[in-house]
Amino acid sequence: MLDFPLWKKLSLWATTLAASLLALPSLANVAGIDWPSALPDPQVNLGLDLAGGSHLLLEAKAADVRAQRLENMEETVRQLMRNAEPRIRIGDVSTAGGQLSFILENAADIDRARGLIEPAMQGATTVREWELNVVDGQRIVLSQTDAGVNQAIDDAMDSATEVVRRRIDELGTREPTIIRQGATRIVVQVPGLQDPQGLKDLLGKTAQLEFKLVDLNALQTNIDAGIAPAGSQIVQYAPGTPGAGSAIAVKRLGGIRGDNLTGAQAERDPQNGQAVVTIAFDAQGGAKFAKLTTENVGKPFAIILDGQVLSAPGINEPILGGRAQISGSFTAESANTLAIALRSGALPVPLAVVEERTVGPDLGADSIRKGLIAMGIGSLAVIVLMIVSYGRFGVYATVALVFNVLMLLGLMALFGFTLSLPGIAGFVITIGAAVDANVLINERIREERARGRKVVAAVETGYKEASRAIFDANLTNLISAVALGMFGTGPVRGFAVVLFIGIITSVFTGVTLTRMFVAGWLRKARPNDITI
Amino acid sequence: MKLLKLVPDNTNIQFLKLRIPFFVLSIVLIVGSWIAVAVNGLAFGVDFAGGQEVRMTFTQQTAAPIPSLREKIATLGYGEPVVQEFGAPNQVSIRVKLPDGVEESPDAAKKIGEQVIGAVKADYADARVDGNDTVSGKVAGEFRNQAILALLAAMAAVSVYIWVRFEWQFGVGAMFALVHDVSITVGLFALTQWEFSLQIVAAILAIIGYSLNDTIVVYDRIRENLKKFRKMEMGALLDLSVNETLARTVMTSLTLFVALIPLLFFGPPSLFGMVAAITVGLFVGTYSSIYMAGPLLIWMGVTTSSFVPAAETALEKQEKLAKGQG
Repeated sequence: MLDFPLWKKLSLWATTLAASLLALPSLANVAGIDWPSALPDPQVNLGLDLAGGSHLLLEAKAADVRAQRLENMEETVRQLMRNAEPRIRIGDVSTAGGQLSFILENAADIDRARGLIEPAMQGATTVREWELNVVDGQRIVLSQTDAGVNQAIDDAMDSATEVVRRRIDELGTREPTIIRQGATRIVVQVPGLQDPQGLKDLLGKTAQLEFKLVDLNALQTNIDAGIAPAGSQIVQYAPGTPGAGSAIAVKRLGGIRGDNLTGAQAERDPQNGQAVVTIAFDAQGGAKFAKLTTENVGKPFAIILDGQVLSAPGINEPILGGRAQISGSFTAESANTLAIALRSGALPVPLAVVEERTVGPDLGADSIRKGLIAMGIGSLAVIVLMIVSYGRFGVYATVALVFNVLMLLGLMALFGFTLSLPGIAGFVITIGAAVDANVLINERIREERARGRKVVAAVETGYKEASRAIFDANLTNLISAVALGMFGTGPVRGFAVVLFIGIITSVFTGVTLTRMFVAGWLRKARPNDITI
Repeated sequence: MKLLKLVPDNTNIQFLKLRIPFFVLSIVLIVGSWIAVAVNGLAFGVDFAGGQEVRMTFTQQTAAPIPSLREKIATLGYGEPVVQEFGAPNQVSIRVKLPDGVEESPDAAKKIGEQVIGAVKADYADARVDGNDTVSGKVAGEFRNQAILALLAAMAAVSVYIWVRFEWQFGVGAMFALVHDVSITVGLFALTQWEFSLQIVAAILAIIGYSLNDTIVVYDRIRENLKKFRKMEMGALLDLSVNETLARTVMTSLTLFVALIPLLFFGPPSLFGMVAAITVGLFVGTYSSIYMAGPLLIWMGVTTSSFVPAAETALEKQEKLAKGQG
C-alpha cells in the first residue's frame, strides 16, 4: 500500500498538475488578471445564475400556422377525393380568405364527400377544428375555427420550444433557459454567450425542407412576371446559389417534406470537394422519397429550404436507400448549421427574433461576492479544524483538498461544462466527500494505533480498511450522479455533472495523493510514533 | 503537540436502546412533513411559479442599484424578488411572485407591478418604466416530472448497487433513510413557507449525496463487524459499529458544519434558503444513518450469519455432497 515507485509518483504528479493547470485561466479570469493570449485558454462556463448571458425573445407568426394548416387540408382533401371509389371530381379549388373552397363537378357526390372529409377535420383533441359549410348544394367551404387555430398554434409552439432546445443543445451550450411566454413567444437565455449571431442564425432557420417537382410546362416569361400556372407556385433561388436572382415554377402539391429525417450530416462531396448535407430518411420518409423518385425518373425536382430553392437536380435514377445529398453552394459553416437544424427537426412555425439583450446574473454580483467571502471563511475554518485534529496528516489532507478544487475546476474547463448554483452544491458535496475520506482514514489510523499496531502497519491498515467504505460511498454517489445526469434536465443535470467529476477527483486527491504524501514522509522520517 | 480529539476513545453509548421512540419520532416527522406539504403546499419561487416582471431604466445612473432594489422590493411581501441587469448596466428586470389566484386576473397582476414601480420610484426619481408584464416560470412544468423521474432512477440504481455490495436489507434501509431526510427537509419548507426555488432542488440533491455517504460509512462498519463477531447480538453489534464510527461521524459533520455556518450568517440572503436546507439535511442525514438505517436492519432480519459466504452453510455443503454422489 505504501510502496510508490518513481514512475507512479511521476505519473500521479503529472496528472494532478496537468488537471490543476487547466483551472488557472478560469481563476485568472475571475481575479481580473489578463491571461496571455499565446497560451491555451480553457474556461469554466458560468451559468446564467452566476454570470448572466444572452437573452433572445422569439416570436412565431400565427398567420403562418393558419396558412400551413390550410395547405395541409387542401392536400388531404385532394387525396381523399382522388382515392374515393368512384373518384369524386372537384374543381375551382381556392384557398383565398383563409378558407378552402371547391366545387363538386357532380352535386350528387355531396354526401359522399362530406362523409370522407368530416373524419379528417377532427384533430387529436375534442376541440372542433374546422367548420364545413355547403353553399348552393355543390360547393364545399372549409373554414378554420378560432379554437382549432389556437390549438394548432399551441401545439406548434410546444414542439417549436422542443426543437429550439434540441438546437441549442447541439451547439454545446449547457443549461440554457428556454420557456414559452404567452401564446406565440419563446424566451431563450444562454449563459455567457458574447456573440449570439450564430445562435440567431440557427434559431432563425425554420429548416423546412421540401422536395417538389419542377413544373416544366411553365413559360419562362410567366415565371419572370411572377405568374404561376394553375397548381404551381413560383419559388426564388436562395441567395448564393448559382440560380440566385431567378426563380422556377414548381408543382404546389405532390412533393414531400423533410420531416421524417433520422439524421443529417455536413460532408464534403468526394467528387468536387463541395460542402454538402447528407440526409437520411426514416422508413416512412424513405418510402415516400423512393416513390417520388421512381415515378419521376428523368424529371428535375427542386430542393427547397424555407421557401427558397437550393438546387433543382434531375432525377437520374430512383433513390431507394432512404439517403439523399443536398447541394446548395454551401460553405463548410453554413452546411454545418443546416445539418444541425435538420437534425433537430424543422420548426413547425417560423420564428423571428424580436428582442435581443444581455442579462446580468440572477444572483447579482453583490450576492456572489458575499457568497465567495463566506465560502473563504468556511474553507479556512475547515483547514484549521483538519490541522488541529490530525496535525501533519491534516496538512496533507488540506493540500489534497486544494488540488481537488483545482482539478475539478480544470476538468470542468477542459470539457466545457457549465458551473451554476446547483453545480456549486455539487462542489460542496464532493469537497465534503474528500474531507470525509481523510477523516475516515485518519480516524482509522488512530484506531489501529490505539490497538497497538506499529506506525507503518497502522497507516497501511488505516488506508486499506477505510478505502472500502470510501469506495462504496463514492461509487454509490457516482451511480446516483449518472442516473441524475441521464434522466434529469437543467439544474439537476448541472448538479450531476459536477458531482460526477468531483467524486473522481476527490477520491483521487483524498486517497491516492494523501497516501503518496504520507508514504513519502514515512520513508524519509521513519518515525517510531506519530501524532494523530 | 497535542491534537484535538472531539470524541474520546472507546465510547460505548447505547444508541440503539432508544431505537423505538426515535423511530416513532421519525415516522411522525415524515408523515407530518407530508401533511404539511399537502396542507400548506410549498411556497414556489418565481423560478417555478412565474410572476410579474417589471423592466426599468435608471436614466441618470451608469449602473442600476441592484442590491438596494432587491432589499427594498423584498419588503413588499411578494417573496424574494429576482433583480437582474437586463440589456445595459443601468437597466434592470425585476421579477416578483404573484399571490395565488392573481395570475388569472391581468389587472391585479399589473397592480402588483405598479406597486413595485412605485416603491422604486420613491427612491429613484430617474427610473423609467420599460415594461410591466406577467411572465411564466423559468422552469417548465415538465421539469418537476423530469426531476422526480431522475431522483427515482437514481434511488433505484443506488439500491441495486447497495444490494449487490451488501444485502437487500441494506438497500432498503438506505432508501428509507433517504426518504426520511428528503421528506423532513421538504416538510420544513412547507411548514415555514420559506421560498422553494431551484436552489432548494440543488440543496435536496446535495442532502441525498451526503445522506448516502453517511449511511454507507455506518453500513460498511456494520458489514465488517458482522464478519468479525459472529456471535454478537445484533443490537450490540449495531451499537458497537456506531460507536466505532462516532469519531468520524462527529468530525465530518462538524467540518461540513463549520463550512456552512459562515454562509448561513454572512452569505447573501438569496442563498439563505439553500444553505439552511443543506444544514438541516446534514443533521437529519447523520441522525438517520444511526436511528433509521441501523435499526431497520434488525427489523428486516439481518443476522450475524447474513455475511457468511453462502457456499459454507451446512445446507449447501450437504447439497454439494448429494450432487457429487449423484
